Amino acid sequence: MARVVVDVMLKPEILDPQGQAIARKLPQLGFEGVVAVRQGKRFEVELEGDADEDALERVGKIAETLLANPVIENYEVHVL
Amino acid sequence: MDAARVGIITFPGSLDDKDAARAVRLAGAEPVALWHGDHDLQGVDAVVLPGGFSYGDYLRAGAIARFAPLMTELVAAAGDGLPVLGICNGFQVLCESHLLPGALLPNAGLHFVCRDQRLRVENADTAWTSEYSEGQEVVIPVKNRDGRYTADRETLIELADSGRIVARYLDLNPNGSLDDIAGICNEAGNVVGLMPHPEHAVESLTGPSTDGLGFFSSIVNRLVSA
Repeated sequence: MARVVVDVMLKPEILDPQGQAIARKLPQLGFEGVVAVRQGKRFEVELEGDADEDALERVGKIAETLLANPVIENYEVHVL
Repeated sequence: MDAARVGIITFPGSLDDKDAARAVRLAGAEPVALWHGDHDLQGVDAVVLPGGFSYGDYLRAGAIARFAPLMTELVAAAGDGLPVLGICNGFQVLCESHLLPGALLPNAGLHFVCRDQRLRVENADTAWTSEYSEGQEVVIPVKNRDGRYTADRETLIELADSGRIVARYLDLNPNGSLDDIAGICNEAGNVVGLMPHPEHAVESLTGPSTDGLGFFSSIVNRLVSA
């Protein structure tokens, strides 16, 4: 059984108020030097069989169809 | 002649389907309850996608509802000119379905916003806004968590230049929508998405105004005169 990860992030030009709220909190916690935080989503997809080329292509299709909205988000697929 | 029949799709998690049905009835049409899991639009003359949190808004608002069985028929019929109004969650579903451009993201302020909102109707030529006049100001409740309309720069310019921005927020922008956009339409003008809730402004007893009724009477008059 293979486990494939899909990372989904808002496109860089899109405002991420959740990430901003996190970044604003950090100095109060003593974490200095953080310029920005952007929040995304991580999906772990478990597959029957190996994470071969076909399987990765299939996961890419899943990401494009449902996990990410290509209008606002980018995604990356990699094997865990 | 028979009253126009306006379908209202109920998804699991829809909240405002009954209010939308009531607004349709007040406007003089017959509301027809449609179920997301069917593959039958029951021959209705127009469709409203109501507000709520379809499928819990899991993943993204409207992302799973887009793949509901009935959406297959709806997307095809909208392409053939069926008038469709998506309110709030319905607007989100229409964007996820690519019937309308752009997307709706969590409010810039990260809070659920609920207020009586002043709007300006920018396009009074769509299937759902012909009872208004261009530039008319109305008060309609807005209540959303994911209402921040976003699209790339080219899309925003195209929407503005082609008159496809149907309504804009006045006074304040409740959710950080780009260009103060409260509603847009497709190129043909039969598909309209609106973040505020006209179905909550159809009776003075329960709403801040009756300004919302025009969305429903627009479609009824259009269907009757067709």
